[in-house]
Amino acid sequence: MIRERYLNLGVLALLLALALLARLADQSFTITVLTKVVILALAAAGLNIALGLGGLVSLGHAVFFGLGGYAMGILAFHAQNFAPLELGPLTIAGSKSMPVIWLTAIAVSALAALVIGLLSLRTSGVYFIMITLAFGQMFYYFSISWAAYGGEDGLSIYIRNGFPGLNMLDPIQFFGICFAVLCLVLLFSDRLARSPFGLALNAARQVPVRVETVGLSPMRLKLLAFVISGAITGLAGALYADLNRFVSPTMFSWQLSGELMVLVILGGVGRLIGPVVGAAIFVALEQLLGGLTAFWQIWLGVILLLIVLFARGGVVGLIAPKGVGHD
Amino acid sequence: MTEPVLATHDLTKSFGALRASDGISIDLRPGEIHAIIGPNGAGKSTLIHQICGGLRPDSGSVRLLGRDVTAEGIAARSRAGLGRTFQISALAMEDSVLQNAMLGALGHSGRPWRFWRPAHADADLRARAEDSLRRVGLADHMHMRTANLSHGQRRQLEVAVALTLDPKAFIMDEPMAGLGAEGSALLTRFLDGLRAEAPILLVEHDMDAVFALADRISVLVYGRVIATGSARDIRASAEVREAYLGEEA
Repeated sequence: MIRERYLNLGVLALLLALALLARLADQSFTITVLTKVVILALAAAGLNIALGLGGLVSLGHAVFFGLGGYAMGILAFHAQNFAPLELGPLTIAGSKSMPVIWLTAIAVSALAALVIGLLSLRTSGVYFIMITLAFGQMFYYFSISWAAYGGEDGLSIYIRNGFPGLNMLDPIQFFGICFAVLCLVLLFSDRLARSPFGLALNAARQVPVRVETVGLSPMRLKLLAFVISGAITGLAGALYADLNRFVSPTMFSWQLSGELMVLVILGGVGRLIGPVVGAAIFVALEQLLGGLTAFWQIWLGVILLLIVLFARGGVVGLIAPKGVGHD
Repeated sequence: MTEPVLATHDLTKSFGALRASDGISIDLRPGEIHAIIGPNGAGKSTLIHQICGGLRPDSGSVRLLGRDVTAEGIAARSRAGLGRTFQISALAMEDSVLQNAMLGALGHSGRPWRFWRPAHADADLRARAEDSLRRVGLADHMHMRTANLSHGQRRQLEVAVALTLDPKAFIMDEPMAGLGAEGSALLTRFLDGLRAEAPILLVEHDMDAVFALADRISVLVYGRVIATGSARDIRASAEVREAYLGEEA
């Protein structure tokens, strides 16, 4: 058994060390793979706030991932084609600046999460899963038919967007930026879970009626958790699009929502480092087994089955069982 | 006569053909313990739900501190001063005992929208939570996982969470259930003192506790209050004997 804090720091340090080693060995492909781990971990860390803390089984988080991706795609598309984006009276020149794109991605996905949350949180259990799935499919089919932005083919962005003072074309620098964002989000998640809001949300997941009886609204607590969760997954979507320099409707697909959930469950629901561990295992299997067989996801399925049957706390739960209280 | 803290007027609630509440008018006055007794299925739980806001009555009203709260939900009524304990413990089992009490303190503070500083670093929340745990005798179990508490300790924690709210009226749904003789005696002594802080509407099956504590007793049978009076009056009432007490004696 390892204290959770050391495990968390250890996993992050290992990720960083691997990237630096790959840099020394001039293995830019490995750095790109590690960047994918970091970005998927970020997306899953977003989901983990809704799923792990709020108990909201959302099968529609691809909506936010996709919105983040398209926020990047659309802004960059207009910037690279020098065709301003006309939004009624508003004309936007587009942008190739990551901070601008990130803020847009966060704002758009938070807004979408607010609307989706307001409608879906009236339901619970399997209905909540279905309604979030339905929203996901709506966005998916809309993006397929949106010819102005590539429709089914998606949008290609020629050059990765920029970050002031850094060269984002250098893989290790882009990795560094994504890694820093992940660390900040994990720090925030950690504080959130221990904060008064986290205390109330945690109870709202377990016994909503108790939370009402002390005079708080479980619905509002969960709604805010859903919005925060969606915003983080949206930010991850913008970074993912930048990693691939490509956005397509696949980012909105329900398979992606499912994958995010798999990452969280593999790593450990509600565990801070769970999404990172889950993403690392997922990408490692994809890279290692994917080269041997096209059916590598069968093995992912087997692992997931074993985790669900025998280790409900995920891989993190096996290594560092959950304590009680505040440490 | 002093103004009642809590009063229901002509509460009526039907589930299909079943009249669970049939024109119930009861009140709770400052400083008293008012016990509601009645056989299983008499409509005690339905009454509690309507008082606390979990169920809307078909007709009739609930007034708290002179204000009509009939249209308000559970959370609003709690903020207005109701402190409820549940018949079946409704606690966050994965959390520590202290965390459960702190949730109550947080509800009392009305400030859950804080996202950065740990809840445990909030001295006010903590003091309020620890104080109420100490009062019910759970001070030594603060850091235990709630799921590991004994049944009796969970009942104590239920009361502690209600205490953190500083309510104007306690609504207690069978707090003695499953406590055993010693536990019941302890809790009886505690509730005896508590009525000075806020009156208690007590639904209870433990007749020793009811007769020891209650200033007034109302007997509920088939959704109707068939008698209200002092312990002595109720014991003496032939109708009550027949409807309820007779079964036990």
